[in-house]
Amino acid sequence: MATDPAITVENLSKRYVIGHEVRHDTLRDALVHGARGWWKALRRRGEQRATREEFWALRSVSFEVKRGEVVGIIGRNGAGKSTLLKLLSRITEPTEGRFTLVGRVASLLEVGTGFHPELTGRENIRLNGAILGMSRAEIRRKFDEIVAFAEIDRFLDTPVKRYSSGMYVRLAFAVAAHLEPEILVVDEVLAVGDYAFQRKCLGKMNAVAAQEGRTVLLVSHNLGSLIGLCDRVFWLDQGRLRKVGPAPAIAAEYIRSQTEAAGSDFDFRAWGSADRRAGKLVITGLHLNDGGPIVHREPFRARIHFRTQAAVEGVAFGLGFCTVEGTRLATFDSDLDGARLSYRANQEGWIDLTLPDLPLSPGRYALDLGARTGDVTSLDYLPTCGMIEVQPGPRTNVGCVQIPGGGLRLAAQWKEPAVSPG
Amino acid sequence: MNPPSTAKLVVEAGKAEQHYWRDLWGYRELLGFLAWRDIKVRYKQAALGFAWAIIQPAVQTLLLTFVFGKLAKMPAGNLPYPLLVLAGLLPWQLFSSAFSGAGNSLVGNAHLISKVYFPRLIVPLSALAVALIDMAILLAVSAPFAFLAGVVPTWRLLLLPVFIAAALLIALGAGLWVTALTVKYRDFRFITPFLLQIGVFVTPVGYRTDFLPHWRDLLALNPLTGVVDGFRWCLLGADYSFYLPEFLVSSAVALVLVATGLWFFRRTERQFSDVI
Repeated sequence: MATDPAITVENLSKRYVIGHEVRHDTLRDALVHGARGWWKALRRRGEQRATREEFWALRSVSFEVKRGEVVGIIGRNGAGKSTLLKLLSRITEPTEGRFTLVGRVASLLEVGTGFHPELTGRENIRLNGAILGMSRAEIRRKFDEIVAFAEIDRFLDTPVKRYSSGMYVRLAFAVAAHLEPEILVVDEVLAVGDYAFQRKCLGKMNAVAAQEGRTVLLVSHNLGSLIGLCDRVFWLDQGRLRKVGPAPAIAAEYIRSQTEAAGSDFDFRAWGSADRRAGKLVITGLHLNDGGPIVHREPFRARIHFRTQAAVEGVAFGLGFCTVEGTRLATFDSDLDGARLSYRANQEGWIDLTLPDLPLSPGRYALDLGARTGDVTSLDYLPTCGMIEVQPGPRTNVGCVQIPGGGLRLAAQWKEPAVSPG
Repeated sequence: MNPPSTAKLVVEAGKAEQHYWRDLWGYRELLGFLAWRDIKVRYKQAALGFAWAIIQPAVQTLLLTFVFGKLAKMPAGNLPYPLLVLAGLLPWQLFSSAFSGAGNSLVGNAHLISKVYFPRLIVPLSALAVALIDMAILLAVSAPFAFLAGVVPTWRLLLLPVFIAAALLIALGAGLWVTALTVKYRDFRFITPFLLQIGVFVTPVGYRTDFLPHWRDLLALNPLTGVVDGFRWCLLGADYSFYLPEFLVSSAVALVLVATGLWFFRRTERQFSDVI
């Protein structure tokens, strides 16, 4: 029994039918379509109707996860990560194939599922616990621990609609973190909350994983956290399992592959999921140095293009440079430099970030782009959305070119000891 | 700490049936929590709070008494007219709130359905629980009035659960159809209030059927007629007679609706999270 894998997936496939322009079809449509189809069928019998378009979100995926193993899943948006988690969480049913789970399963596809804004913190802990599959007795037993973890004891009897977004997320994660399943399926939840709380959650996840027999399946865009956390990484690409291996190796190869072409002009209008593109504020493009080369120790300008679909306030933009392995080297946040902006709905605009003296050593870097409102609420986030190549320039010394790497080369003061040569 | 369970779950394409009913039992606590949530949330930030559970039926009782008792001068036998109406309103409220609650349940909980697994049947079932609790409150509040008006409880009161069950089953059967269809076709959202508006008149909520011999068999075709008359028979004492054909229609329709409703719900359930 102990040698049984915790998760066995065999030839798992999921097909969606797309091409519906109208999201909520009405009965009238169905009647009209039905009648038309029937009419057509009568007129040219045997001829196939090709009005439906099929889309395989996941295609013949097979793998095993051993008990106690922590596995990360990476892949571009639309590669099938979320579909895989939805299948394993039994939210949706497979079209083909099968999987076997041994042990109690809990899945966290979202932080705070089922939270009701009108209910108090206390009431939401009970409700959310029940939704995530805790029993009444279990919730009662862990209640104090959850409250302490979330640090919200003063607001326990306040409706959560009056919580700050940070408090909300802390409470939601606290409930989730106290599930005691044998198999935990987690999606992207680490991408929320303030940094200190993220560290705390990662710590809790590590503790969960370290416990005997706890199996964790984790989808994250935060490649750095995957490296620290996972024994193995599964790389999904267009619905198929492309590669399996140790985290650092897979992460490096993954970033290299998806940003192969370094450039200075990026179009994000079609990037990611439809959900992303329906956001209040969507980053539509990035334009570096007017399309010219990016040169070490020369001025650097990034123009972030965006479009709003609703009025937003207190917007801060951010740009991050990462190594090709996914480790963040430098981050620029507009609010740190005093720029918080408000926009009307349905506006197109841009904002410029300029550096007088680009400190990135010559080499390749991956870009992270984002916009948020307030301190923690993400409006749009595009992790590893592009690759740039920093060229050596007139102010680059030869050593830098011959031995690549070195990350940021920042200006500093150098001073010799004040002793006269003897 | 829970002992590590060795529960083995196999999910295979097109074969999800095996563990459904066991799961439903395992998630029974969630049913309670969802009902509790709906009741809690309803009167939040309403100054009069739970009083609304009484005000609405009270006004409706007065209105129906006025229309049928005073304007149309329908006979009430030995009973005070408001009491007759109230005894009809109890099952009607139970049915209409259970039916509309169950009918809207899936779309109303769409955020849950696309993010967590549980047997989806929990959602309409919790709407029934909410309706049942509402009716219990109304029953408890109106009991003293009935007593003051001279109604003495008899052994027939013990049979009330049969008619409660009939009302709930009809509501569940119809609600399952509507809620499953609403997932794909939002049109059914408009059909429910429409049906209920008609229903309150074709169901003998405001009048008694035993004084309308010509109409009685026609009215009996409505499955709720049997339920309403059954309620009155249980609650209002010896003055009310039991009419078997009505009850047979109610039971038969209840069974057919629940059976077909369950079948349709289970058949479409696997697509809910993809379509909703």
